[in-house]
Amino acid sequence: MKINAPATAGTMESGDILIEIEPGKQKEVEVVLKSSVANEFGKQIIKTIQSAASEFGLEYAVINAVDKGALDCTIRARVTAACSRATGSDTFDWRREA
Amino acid sequence: MTRLRRTMLFVPGNNPGMMSDAHIYGSDALMFDLEDSVAMAEKDAARLLVYHALKTIHYGDCEKVVRVNPLTTPFGKTDIEAMVAAGVEVIRLPKTECAQDICDTEYEIERAEKKFGVPVGSTRMMAAIEGALGVVNAYAIATASKRLIAIALGAEDYCANLKTTRSLEGSELFLARSSIVVAARAAGVDAIDTVFSDVNDEEQLIRETKAVKQLGFDGKSVINPRQIKPVHRVFAPTAKEIQKAVRILNASREAEARGSGVVSLNGKMVDRPVVLRAERCIELAKASRVMFEEEEA
Repeated sequence: MKINAPATAGTMESGDILIEIEPGKQKEVEVVLKSSVANEFGKQIIKTIQSAASEFGLEYAVINAVDKGALDCTIRARVTAACSRATGSDTFDWRREA
Repeated sequence: MTRLRRTMLFVPGNNPGMMSDAHIYGSDALMFDLEDSVAMAEKDAARLLVYHALKTIHYGDCEKVVRVNPLTTPFGKTDIEAMVAAGVEVIRLPKTECAQDICDTEYEIERAEKKFGVPVGSTRMMAAIEGALGVVNAYAIATASKRLIAIALGAEDYCANLKTTRSLEGSELFLARSSIVVAARAAGVDAIDTVFSDVNDEEQLIRETKAVKQLGFDGKSVINPRQIKPVHRVFAPTAKEIQKAVRILNASREAEARGSGVVSLNGKMVDRPVVLRAERCIELAKASRVMFEEEEA
């Protein structure tokens, strides 16, 4: 799924994460992360962002993320919201199982 | 044991900081809000946030309620679908005006339950009455679905609809509160009172909670964790009430052991409603962690 326009989701408030998505040149999703816990959890946060973007089917994207101590479920929610806004696709696949 | 609904803490649906620890303050229920506390441009993000939180965070014994947007908006149908998929316990319908509102919402819930393999009928409903028409139709609303567990008053919209404002003594809400309690009791569901908005005025919160408890309400909506304990204290039974309840339940057990249907205490017959009230008193005492001789109850 390709990006129609840059989009953001989330906030800079404690417990949240600000996600900005813009078009990229590579087929993959590149993540640029700023987080006060990047040393301890940076790899895990980037993995969660890429996983959520991949589940959405996002390609050719750069994701700038500013983390304020967000839980994994918040990261997934914010990435999905930004992907939906960037691609113009609002058909999220709600599922019963985790 | 019936479920206690002394407090229902409002949690804005687009605030992950509050959503992650909302359950640690001890409210009986949590109400994640997708409606009034969420800006129009953030409805999609809030829905995703609540969906992922419900699937991930273990909220303990708190009853999980989500206030969805009305079906008359572009968001209501998707809100219901997402929340049923996430395994919400209770869908709260705002601005309920008539029984048909409940039926329409139930139709969407059932459709979602079938789609996601959720047992049909397991998602419960709560109706918020927030206007004059809703108050007039309170009993029809409260009996419109077997899924209904409670009806609640939303005072701010109700006052606007009534062309008045909220006062400290609450005279403008008296009819609505009484109508809602009577309708709830007649229908066999709980009655939940509206929020008290001034979080710094604990004295008035306590006064208002005592008044609605006296009217018959089961609990009150709260907007700040600081309001939970004062409300619970009001709903907690006194030592005298507990002692009386213990004596009534002991007499009830003794009568049962004798095979007698007639319960008597100190030479007086005890009616079934009195026994039920005593059971409720002990449940509240246990939930409020009030000290009493448990083995006697």
